[in-house]
Amino acid sequence: MIRAILLRLLLFAASLLGASGIIFLVVNALPGDVAQVILGTGATPEAVAALRQRYGLDRPGIVRYLSWLGGLFTGNLGTSYVTGESVTSQVLPRLGVTTWLVSFAVIVALVVAIPQGMVAAMQRRRWQGALASATSQIGLAIPAFYAGILLVVVFAVKLRWLPANGYQQLHDDNGWHVAAWAQRLILPVASLAIVQASVLTRYVRSAFVEVLNEDWFRTARSVGWTRWRALWRHGIRNAAISVVTVLGLQLATMLVGAIVVEQVFSLPGLGTLLLTAVGNRDLQLVQGIVLLLVAAVLVINLLVDLSYLAIDPRLRSARGGSR
Amino acid sequence: MTEPLLVVEGLRVAFGRSRTEVLHGISFSMGPRERVGVIGESGSGKSVTALAIMGLLAENATVSGSVRLHGRELVGLRDRELAALRGDQMSMVFQEPMTALDPTMTVGRQVAEVLLLHQDLPRAAARQRVLEMLGEVGLADPVRVADSYPHALSGGQRQRCVLAMALINRPDLVICDEPTTALDVTVQARVLTLLDRELDAAEAACLFISHDLAIVSQVCSRVLVMLDGEIVEDGSVADIFNAPQHAYTRGLVATARLDQVEPGQRLPTVEDFYDRGSPSTGSPSTGSSSTGSPSTGSGTGAGGLGGRPTGSSSRGSPSTGAGTGSGTGTGLGSGPTVVS
Amino acid sequence: MRRAPLWVGGVLVGLVLLTALVSFVWTPYDAAAIVAPKLADPSLAHPLGTDHLGRDIVSRLMVGARATVVVGVVAVALAAGGGVPLGVLAGMLDGRFGAARWATWAGEGLMRGVDVLYAFPALLLAILLAAAVGASTTTAMVAIGVATIPAFARIARAATLTVMTQDFVLAARASGTSQAGTAVRHVLPNIAPVLGVQASVSFGIAILAEAGLSYLGLATPPPTPTWGRMLREGQNVLFGAPEQALWPGLAIGFAVLGLNLLGDGLRDLLDPRLREVA
Repeated sequence: MIRAILLRLLLFAASLLGASGIIFLVVNALPGDVAQVILGTGATPEAVAALRQRYGLDRPGIVRYLSWLGGLFTGNLGTSYVTGESVTSQVLPRLGVTTWLVSFAVIVALVVAIPQGMVAAMQRRRWQGALASATSQIGLAIPAFYAGILLVVVFAVKLRWLPANGYQQLHDDNGWHVAAWAQRLILPVASLAIVQASVLTRYVRSAFVEVLNEDWFRTARSVGWTRWRALWRHGIRNAAISVVTVLGLQLATMLVGAIVVEQVFSLPGLGTLLLTAVGNRDLQLVQGIVLLLVAAVLVINLLVDLSYLAIDPRLRSARGGSR
Repeated sequence: MTEPLLVVEGLRVAFGRSRTEVLHGISFSMGPRERVGVIGESGSGKSVTALAIMGLLAENATVSGSVRLHGRELVGLRDRELAALRGDQMSMVFQEPMTALDPTMTVGRQVAEVLLLHQDLPRAAARQRVLEMLGEVGLADPVRVADSYPHALSGGQRQRCVLAMALINRPDLVICDEPTTALDVTVQARVLTLLDRELDAAEAACLFISHDLAIVSQVCSRVLVMLDGEIVEDGSVADIFNAPQHAYTRGLVATARLDQVEPGQRLPTVEDFYDRGSPSTGSPSTGSSSTGSPSTGSGTGAGGLGGRPTGSSSRGSPSTGAGTGSGTGTGLGSGPTVVS
Repeated sequence: MRRAPLWVGGVLVGLVLLTALVSFVWTPYDAAAIVAPKLADPSLAHPLGTDHLGRDIVSRLMVGARATVVVGVVAVALAAGGGVPLGVLAGMLDGRFGAARWATWAGEGLMRGVDVLYAFPALLLAILLAAAVGASTTTAMVAIGVATIPAFARIARAATLTVMTQDFVLAARASGTSQAGTAVRHVLPNIAPVLGVQASVSFGIAILAEAGLSYLGLATPPPTPTWGRMLREGQNVLFGAPEQALWPGLAIGFAVLGLNLLGDGLRDLLDPRLREVA
């Protein structure tokens, strides 16, 4: 068991290292002089040289990479060449928004997908199941931001129940603003959740269909569980493995969806910061944020992997091998 | 004669939208504590019968006819109502022990569930009863087994656990679907003895399904012979062996009694006695005697297509073309004993 | 009725492809030209009306199909071209009869390496590329393609492993076929169907990714119309003319739905065993 955990931790570290390498490479191995690009064509050679000196851009690539990497251990994500501020200081205030958005979307998606998937599986030969499956097909085919736009049209433009964009901090110097905060999160969360729920429903459905065909499901029914209760009691744990796997895999997609949804609703999160940075060619900022996002995905996947050990007792005695 | 426990009348089962019928109206009854075996080959409908009684068929199955347990009609009951009976008044033991238990739950919990589904017991008492039951079914270390997950146990151990689950509420009817087929031969005998003992202790009736006549004769007092979705013979074990009525039954008995084959002779097959190629409804053959000496029967067998009377072609019989039920082997290639 | 997904999907996908192809030769109006009053209502002349600048929407949608199809096709081709060889290699290393320890490790290691890419969804890679070299159709194609490599690698590997265990492969090896020969002549043809299904699914994902990138301005730059950017433009006039945002989104939805259905239909066709027994 310890071996299994250690192995996964090792893989996580290696992946993170690899990812950081990819990020650094793409951002920095480009033609053209970064300092020149930042300062523009009208800059004097002295100004360019000064900038390069200041940010150590004349050091060889590998040294810059290692120094960036080293900085990460102390929580220093680098300094923006464009604004001069530290990346970390710009990222921190925005973490809240993105985290709320993604977390609530996951919860809502699960709450919708699990029952929908169960119905789709149990009633797969009847119209209820077909309807459940069909609805999820639609959710799969549209991008999250389109769902967002449609929701805005219905709820903000036509019905005028909710605001079309903007954000309210949960807590600031004036106190708590729970209602306003919640109101501004509803549509963004819904847009992300609709798409996520559809993806999850498909997997939940097939996981439960598999359960329905298992011998031990039949045993459970033969001792007195009704179909639904047997599914709930015995099926969920066995289906959980597939569901958790999908959640982990979907996290990266969700983060990306969040980035776009933040644009749609003008939410001051990591996504909008990242896109602004791209527009400004603020490479250090881009580098730092992307690494943060990738690290988040890898950490979640690590947790998912470890959770398998908790869910499926068969894995505990096996050596920590491949999935 | 006491009130019958289980009465099945005209039970029909069809599958799918095309309503392909697999059980063509079977009828039989069982008394309390009676042990009835169901014999037949794969596809004869034995398992479907069992599942139909329990109400465990797939959703695309159409069931008609009547199944009455203690006089109560089971066909048409809602899942919730049937579930109340399952595990309590009737239970089932399945063929494959390796996949019969939920892999993510300890065995003890799974056995306890059966108890707690139908009785209101405090946890400690339930645990006690579970351990007792596990011991009763012959598991050496009940405490260890109860706290184990299924994958840690052998096939024989798992099957004993399944037996424990099937018997813990002392049901009136236990249906066993080939319970020992998937077990090692050495374990088979022990499990059968255990089953015998436990059925007595629980005072339960048993519907024992198997393809093996020898095993069935060990456990049961009566035998139903099934063929292609119908019951073709229904009699006591003694009658089946000594005076089988239907040709198919004779074939089964002959193949079960290999010790009766004379050395040097070809081993008997069911086809020697009963030709499947023709539509038959179990009409007895014409005055044949006893078990029908296989050796003479085979005289016309073994690919003996030549010299068959015209009757054979109209029946489109399979190539074995063995003398059907003419048992006496007069070599006349006599006409069909069953209506074509 | 059983095959419904396959047919419906095929028709939808066919329509999109057809539209894209036709747009190269003919569109009702010049997609970049201002031909009517702004935000005109649908009429016979302009079945879907005009946009905020007065350009015909139908024509713009047709040209938009081009970007969608081209990016999708190139991205999937890239992903397959990169992922399949990696997957087959890993599968052959892993599944070789009597494989040496190092081979199994190498196969595993290869897959783990490829898996790192899983943490980089297309959008993130596109953002990185856009920051580094500026946004364009090419960066979009490369980003989506590279991000889809792990999916193809995984499928190719799994399918290769299945094929490797079959007798005819052993027979081929026993009769002297080289590793490379086995790969080309026996493995590839047998994993092709599964890859086809994956291609359909990935194409759909690629379209969604391209739409997102377009919306953010990280793909094909103006003035060439793309469905994603049309959505962006539509959002700007949402309060006055909400229908503007409707059409491009529907176009995207139908294209992706078609591809998903096609993929499902192909999967069912391929292996009826996989569907639960009726």
